[in-house]
Order: sequence, then structure tokens, then C-alpha cells
Amino acid sequence: MIQYILRRVGALLLVLLGSTFLIYNLTAISGDPLEDLRLSTEPNAAFLLEKAIQDLQLDVPPPVRYFNWLIGILGLGGAAPTMGLTLEGSEVLDIIGLAIPISIRLVIIATILSIVIGISIGIISALRQYSRFDYSITFIAFLFFSLPIFWVAVLLKQFAAIEFNNFLYDPVISTNWMIGFAFIGAFIFAGIVGGGRKRFLITIAAAFALNFATLSYISATGWLITPSLGPLLITVMALGIAFGITHLSTGIANRRVLFISLGLAALTPVFYFVLQPMFNEAFDGSMMLLLALGTIAVGYIAGYLFGGDDRSAAGRTGMIVAFLSAGLITLDRFMQSWDEYYNNEWIFGRPIATVGDSIPEIEGDYWMTGVDAFTHLLLPTAALMLISVAGYVRYSRASLLEVLNQDYIRTARAKGLTERTVIMRHAFRNSLIPLTTIMAFDFSGLLGGAIITEQVFAWRGMGTLFNTGLAKFDLNLVMSVVLITSISALVFNLIADLVYSALDPRIRVTK
Amino acid sequence: MNLDNEAKGSEDSFEQKETAGLSQGQIVLRRFVRHRAAMISLFVLVFIILFVFTAGGLALGNTANPIRIMGWWQWDFTDLPPLQGVMGEPTLDVLPEFIDGTGMQIGQHPFGQDSIGQDYFSLVIRGAQQSITVMFIIGVVAAFLGTVMGAISGFFGKWIDQLIMRFVDLIITIPTLIIGAVIGIQIGNLGVFFLALFLGLVSWTGLSRLVRGEFLTLREREFVDAARVAGASNLRIIFKHILPNAIGVVIVSVTLLMSGAILLETALSYLGFGVVAPDTSLGALISANQDAFTVYPWLFWWPGLFIVTIALCINFIGDGLRDAFDPRQKRRISRKDRSEARALKKQS
Repeated sequence: MIQYILRRVGALLLVLLGSTFLIYNLTAISGDPLEDLRLSTEPNAAFLLEKAIQDLQLDVPPPVRYFNWLIGILGLGGAAPTMGLTLEGSEVLDIIGLAIPISIRLVIIATILSIVIGISIGIISALRQYSRFDYSITFIAFLFFSLPIFWVAVLLKQFAAIEFNNFLYDPVISTNWMIGFAFIGAFIFAGIVGGGRKRFLITIAAAFALNFATLSYISATGWLITPSLGPLLITVMALGIAFGITHLSTGIANRRVLFISLGLAALTPVFYFVLQPMFNEAFDGSMMLLLALGTIAVGYIAGYLFGGDDRSAAGRTGMIVAFLSAGLITLDRFMQSWDEYYNNEWIFGRPIATVGDSIPEIEGDYWMTGVDAFTHLLLPTAALMLISVAGYVRYSRASLLEVLNQDYIRTARAKGLTERTVIMRHAFRNSLIPLTTIMAFDFSGLLGGAIITEQVFAWRGMGTLFNTGLAKFDLNLVMSVVLITSISALVFNLIADLVYSALDPRIRVTK
Repeated sequence: MNLDNEAKGSEDSFEQKETAGLSQGQIVLRRFVRHRAAMISLFVLVFIILFVFTAGGLALGNTANPIRIMGWWQWDFTDLPPLQGVMGEPTLDVLPEFIDGTGMQIGQHPFGQDSIGQDYFSLVIRGAQQSITVMFIIGVVAAFLGTVMGAISGFFGKWIDQLIMRFVDLIITIPTLIIGAVIGIQIGNLGVFFLALFLGLVSWTGLSRLVRGEFLTLREREFVDAARVAGASNLRIIFKHILPNAIGVVIVSVTLLMSGAILLETALSYLGFGVVAPDTSLGALISANQDAFTVYPWLFWWPGLFIVTIALCINFIGDGLRDAFDPRQKRRISRKDRSEARALKKQS
């Protein structure tokens, strides 16, 4: 296994060498980086020109320069590793160091959300094959595939930011809109639930009433400006989550697991009040991580201890229920900061941002910066996710349908397992295996998409660096972005291959 | 007879009834024609292609000695007609007067005029021509290279397979948009044909992997051995025996590649690394007009709608082709089929 990984890493480095060499030379011959300076009428233009040629070794032919650049990066020349200088003469390493976290945050969040949302929708679509829901989802997926990301981004800026911010001045939803939203929501929900025509109509009516009531409440109380969940609603939602997760994992019929998860959910209000004083100004990211891990551990141990024969299944269920319930409490805490954020002097009462990745002037605690990150991430992530989600929907749907045709599924049904066990334990898990390869491809696609998204939303990430670098033929800047994206794409590919072979014993890596 | 039918089960008899006595190509064609979304998309796409190429005419040659063949539309995309209305609003109106319109009319500038007064209809049509041209050239180049490279790689194996596949790895490593941008900034000013040609030269990699996979399995099959024993040359085995079996994979992934190509070209032009002025493209039009969205919304909507429609049509055609080529694809048995079968049963 280790030998296999080493060999793969070796091949990976060779490929990387080849691709960077190719791009380096292509970029180098594509234009003259000194054009501005040559045309410049400033008195010290000649000096600057000479300095730039010196700094960037522009008198050296590109293939040779590539190897100098490589030696610089590897730090072989005896000096500290360097990615060279930009046209303006600053260190590329410093600039890209600032840009990487910004882009990675955008891409990682978009990837995770696309995977979760895309696969869930794809699975439901496959289970309701050839239904209204399936056809609508198929159409929407194709539509998303066909949308140019920059076009959607501009539309999102206009309607989800500018118009929505206007709406927030007086957040009263008109009755027509309420009916529209409530009906669309109810239609989707009824499509997911499925069943015959009668059941469909009943579900639609019930969901419509519930949606309409929720929207009226939101509109009447100005919830969008002062959002909060409160301990009561959190408890109700946690109990709902407990039911839902138990239904998916072991089935409601397994009373023991059901009671464990309901018990965990019932503890939510207690934790709500315990955690409130802890969520103060001193709270930070590492504490959040600790809290998340602690919650998962508590949930798993609770399930494992009281789980009886279904120990591991109960542990898993408890873990998910605890994590989601704690997530609700955290969400509520973020919401409590919304009011302060909304009234901040830098926001001007327009919270959803159209440009930039954050407002550095906002001085605040973990919660304030969290809300700030959310308002800036919302639209770029949405734009980036569209295509990716459509991909996951199509692939997970096809993958599950493929698995459902397998003989072992027929065997599982024939031996009398419940439909839930067949789907969740036998079909769903196996359908995820081929998706691992898609994930690696998708990640590299998202990195490309980030180049456009960052341009539209004026983020200071790697995409913007690439754009400005390429437009000015700033070779070192362009190459730093190419290098980082290629490495991350390759590493993701390698991980996907390893995961694939670990999940599917039929594939041997040591061949 | 009756017994026979029952024993086979109703589903089989539908399948057999529809494929009896037909060649593979005919079966695929029939299945494709029955795919409603794909057929509608095909018609829409053909209509759009005919529409934009007849209306806008053709611009051939280079900037030094251009050859123009005018279309039926009165303005050219380089014309500067006088500004109509207050700020060049679209004159297209499909609402009759009694609803809230000015009566159904096309007018001087159906899509309005842009900020310097150019007729937007002719600009959009020119952009659509460019995008369609790029799409087809990339599709043809990538289909040819991908098939040939994949076939050589999969059929001959050994060092040549290693060589080609390592090169494919090398290209696949770099995000498409990055390699496209680097190519676009060099080639963009040579015109759309060369841009598409060079983009095609780097777009074939994914297809070649698929074709190679097909060849790896197919070359081990008995009919290939039989052909070889009968004295067929390598070329004949590749083109006559293996490739026809892999053609489904090629066609489907080429259509998907084409819908990707149109999005790639528009994205590059949007970033300024694709088609450059004085020529125009749908991406460049959106890029030029996005900031004026609140003032001149039509300048933003029209090019976007063209991109989405073309890409959507291609995607649906691809989906229809995939269903048509998939031998496991079973036809959904409609109510009409059932009643027909019942009637048949009664007769016999």
C-alpha cells in the first residue's frame, strides 16, 4: 500500500513538472509584460525597465527561466524558497499566502454543500424515478448545467442582494408572494413524500398551510431583521431531527434507538442555557471545534452505552442527532448577533454583500465575524454551487439506480429486509463508491469556477490574482496560482483513488 | 401462440416487438426520436442555428481583407445607427395593445441599442454565431483527437499507451479554465476559428480516456480474435470491428463536451481572454453590459438567454442520445401500449 502511494506521488510529481513547464512556456510567449513600462513617459522608466528585466530574468529564454523558477521554489539555490517577484516587485509568496485561505474557504464550503445537497436530491430523485419530482429535478439539473456562472452571479447580485436588501427596509411579505412561496414549497415537499394522487393532495394542502403560517409569522414579527429560534423552537426542531434521523438509520420501530435519540434531543434546552454564558466575546474557532468534537463524542457514547444489541447503529444515530441539535444552538447564537451586525455602521442596513470577501473594519467577536463571513459567502457560494449540485444530482441518481438493479439488492429484498434497510444499508452506501471519483473532478472544476466567481464578486482570492496576472502577463503570479490549483487537484485525485480502492475491495491498488 | 406470449412476460414482448428486424442504428434512431425533450431541443437548436446564420450573414476572411456576406437583417454588428427612443429601449413587443403593449411588432431594434447605439439584435446574433462556431469546432477537433488517441492507446497498449495517458494526465491536471485562458490570450486576436481549434486541441483528453476504456474491454472479445484469425489488419479491426461498438460513448460525451465548450468560450470572453474587440461574443456582451443591469436590463438578458438556450438544447440532445444508445434502457410502458397489447391478446 505504502509502495503504491509512493509510486503514485512520484508519478504525480512528474505530471506536475510537465504541466507547469507547459503552462510556464505558453504564458511566457503569450505577451510582453513590459509593454506598460516601455510606453511609460515617466522619467525613471528606463531604470524601472532595467530593474524589471533584472528581477524577472526576462533576458533569459523561457525554458531556462522555468528551471530557475523551479530551483527558486524548491529552495535549491541555498536561499529560502521563493516563487519569484511580481511585476511590481513584491514577493509572490506573500501575496498568494493571503489569497489561498480566501479561495480555499469558498471552494471547500461550496464542495461540501454541493455534495450534501446534490446527493440527497439525487437519492430522492432515484427513489421516485419517473415521478413528477424526478422529471422536475432532471429538468432543473440540466438547466443548472447550462447556466453560465458569470451570468447567474450577476443575477444573484441584483436579486438576492440589492433587491433583498431593499426589501429588508420594510420586511413585509405580500400575500401573493406568500401564497407563491408556500405553494412551491408544498409542491416540492409533496413530491418528495410521494404516494398516490390522494395522498399527494393531502400532503400539499398540509404543507401549504404550514408554510403559509410560517411565512405570515416571519412577515408579521419582522423575523428577518431580528431572527432567533429560542429554546422552545430549538427543542421542537431537535425532537423532529431525532425522529427523522432515527427513521433513516434504524427505523422508528427500533424503540431503544428512538428513545436514545429523543433523550439526546430533549437535553437540548438544558445545553442551550448552559452554553449561553460560554458563547461570549472570548469564544473562538478552536473552542468551536472542541465543542463540535465533544458533542459528537457525547452523542456516540450515549448511543453506545444504552444501545443494547444495536450498539454501533445507536452510537451513529446519537452522534448525528447530538451534532445537529448542537448546530441549532450555535445557529441561534449567530442569529442573536444579526441585529448588532445589521445596525453596524459599516453595513448601512444592507447586510447581503455584493463585493469583497469580508469587511475588515468590522471589529467584533467570533459571532460578528461569523455573520460577516456568512453574508459575504452566501452569493459566491450559491453561484459556484449551482453547476456542481446539478452534477451530483445526476451522478448520484444514476449511481443509485444502477445499484438498485444489482442482484444483491434483490437478495436483500427477498430475505425480507425492510425497504429502509435495503435502501440505506445496501443500496445507498454502495452507490456512493463511484461518486468518489466524481468528487475529485468536481473539485478541480470548482477551482476553475472560483476564478470567474471571484472576478464577479471582487474577492481577493487566487482567481483574481490569476486574472490580473494573466492580463498583465505577470508570469510568476500566474504560475503560483497554476501550481497551487494543480497540486490541490492532483492531491484530491489521489485521495479519491485511495478512498475508492478502500471502499471497493474488487479494485486492487498493488497490481 | 397465446401461451408463448404469456410465458415471456409483458415487458419482454414490448421490447421484442419494437426491436424485431431492426439494425442497431435503426433502434437507436427510433429511441432517440421517441425522446420528446431531445427532439424538441434538436428542433430548437437547428432553428437557432439557421436563424442566427441567415440573419447575421457571414463574416469570413481576416481584418485586412474581410469578406462579408450580408444576412437578411438590416443592420450589421459594426453599424452605428442613430439612437431610437430615450436610451435605446427594445422595440420588440409581443403583447397586443389591449393588454399593455404597443401591438405586436419587431421595430427597428428588437433587442434595443447598446450604450453607443449599436443595434443589439445584430450584436447578439453575431455573438451567437461565434459561440456556435466555437462549439462545433471544439466538438469536431476533440471528437477526432479523442477517438484516435484513445483508440491507439487502448488497442496497442504498452509504451504508446503509457505515453498518451501520461500526456492526458498532464492536461487534465490543469483546470480547463486556466489552460483555456492561457491559450485564449495568445490566440484570441486571431479570430474565433483559431481560438476554437486550439481549445479543441486541449479538450480531447477526457474523451480519450473513455474511448481507451472501451477499447481495453472490446479488444479482448471473441469477435476481435475471429477477425484477426480471418486475417484482418489492425486498422480494419479498429475501424470496422471495435469502433462501431464504442460509438455510443463517443457521441454522448462529445455532445456533453460541446455544451461545456460553449460555456468555456463565453466564460473566457467574459474574462477578456477569448474573442476580442472589434469582434464580439455572447460572453463579451455580458461582460460589457453587466454594470448597467439596473439601467439597461435588456443588454444583460438577451445574450444570457441565448447561451442558456443553446447549452440546454445540447444537454438534452446528449441525454436523449445516451438513453438511445443504452441497451439496458427499457421503454416505459405507457397506458396506450398496455391497451394495444391487450387488444392484440384478444385477437389471438
